[in-house]
Amino acid sequence: MNGFKPGQRVRVRAEWPERHGPVHIRTPHYVRGREGEIAAFLGVFPNPEDLAFDRPAPPLPLYHVRFRPEALWPAPVSGTEILVEIFAPWLIPL
Amino acid sequence: MRPVSAEPGESPFRAHHDLGGVRRFLCTPVEREEHSLSDFDREVDALRQVLAQHGLLRVDELRRGIESIPEERYFALSYYERWAVALADVLLSKGVVRGEELRAALSEGSLE
Repeated sequence: MNGFKPGQRVRVRAEWPERHGPVHIRTPHYVRGREGEIAAFLGVFPNPEDLAFDRPAPPLPLYHVRFRPEALWPAPVSGTEILVEIFAPWLIPL
Repeated sequence: MRPVSAEPGESPFRAHHDLGGVRRFLCTPVEREEHSLSDFDREVDALRQVLAQHGLLRVDELRRGIESIPEERYFALSYYERWAVALADVLLSKGVVRGEELRAALSEGSLE
């Protein structure tokens, strides 16, 4: 359904829909604009950004994206792994 | 969902509810004890479940309602108080409940 494969490098879109009115966004602020890699395909789910407004919600692929702590914070705790669930439209292939 | 002012190194347009990864919480111990639930908490949770079973409220709508609580009020409310505010907000905006109905019920004390 979607081209992303485990191990593939991706960048999360650096978009801030919060600036333009009421939204419901599941992509945390701290990963936007950051690079990670696809860890797993989790399935296809109705878009929560639409469900939140009781709109028709097209099914979207959801992925576990793995980030290195250094990619997110200037002085991270080493040895941690960050896995975030992110829907496909938020991901840009690198 | 008004973006809050950012700390150095923080995302510039973070919404106030989007607390993950905020540096001022670094090294803050994680509370691992279960919180005790009040009767109010249980009633709010039960209400949410009944509304979901009747197709009147999705969890995503509840979350959107919680996130739209203005920042100052958001941090003054307890977890389930936020749910109660969001439930009322979403049901009013969808026309499931009318304002006068809600005010009448609140004045009777049945929702306290």
